[in-house]
Amino acid sequence: MNQKAKTTPTAKSGGQLFRNDIIFIAVVLVLVSLLGLCFYLFRGDGDEVVVTVDGEVFGTYSLAEDRVVEIRTGEENEELNVLVIKDGKAFVEQATCPDGICAGHRPIKRDGESIVCLPHKVVITVRVTNEEAPDIVV
Amino acid sequence: MRPATKKMALLGLCTAVALVLAYMESMLPPLFHGIPGIKIGLPNIIIVFVLYRFGLWEAAVVSFIRMLAISFMFGNLMALVYSLAGAFLSLLVMAVLKKMKFLSPVGVSVAGGVFHNVGQILAAMVLLGTAELGYYLIVLTITGTVSGIFVGLCGAIIMKRIPKKFI
Repeated sequence: MNQKAKTTPTAKSGGQLFRNDIIFIAVVLVLVSLLGLCFYLFRGDGDEVVVTVDGEVFGTYSLAEDRVVEIRTGEENEELNVLVIKDGKAFVEQATCPDGICAGHRPIKRDGESIVCLPHKVVITVRVTNEEAPDIVV
Repeated sequence: MRPATKKMALLGLCTAVALVLAYMESMLPPLFHGIPGIKIGLPNIIIVFVLYRFGLWEAAVVSFIRMLAISFMFGNLMALVYSLAGAFLSLLVMAVLKKMKFLSPVGVSVAGGVFHNVGQILAAMVLLGTAELGYYLIVLTITGTVSGIFVGLCGAIIMKRIPKKFI
């Protein structure tokens, strides 16, 4: 505490100010976390799904029109995930992966939500069209 | 030397140091790939220092000249708008907190770091007409806090090392 007082020449009692700093930083971080939580809970619906296989984009499909996409992966296309888009939601209807987690996942529709099939390296993510991060140089 | 002349020379010196720090920082590799805007903000050490030793007006002048020179040298004019919005909001918040006297330079600088980003995001929201940058703000607030701690500590050390009679 005494050391702190030396490094803050403008402070009358450095220890007190140091404690205020900690409280202030904590308050800022808590507020931001709450803000983040709000954003997470109230995020809007996306309007397209992006399917990537092993990091490469497999396809992009609009959530507005119902359709069925067969995502065939693996060396001999032996691995299959059936992606169904229906009523603005996307879900995996059936899959040949051993764990079946993706097929058991609830339908997704909100921006940023995703279904991942680890065995087939398939990632299905909902996003908002043209919501590329703006190129800000700061 | 007349006090006004001395002050002008010292502020010029501070501006020059801020520019050198900005140049040094521009040579560092980006801290995180893919996320623009995450910087330590080394020149802000000087801004914090000038704010404490001279005052709000002097800090604003140094900050403005720094922004102008940096954007001409390393950036572009679009970035200047964001930078200015961030710098002045940050400076205003820091000046108010400094007046309130319940935070040390570290806390003041954290607020400055956070509001620097807030100002930039607000400017971007206005210019781009999107409200989708909220997520970005959360990331930038956390990094702004960390860099604010660093900048504030450096500023406090410099204030301790440079005697008041010198500057």
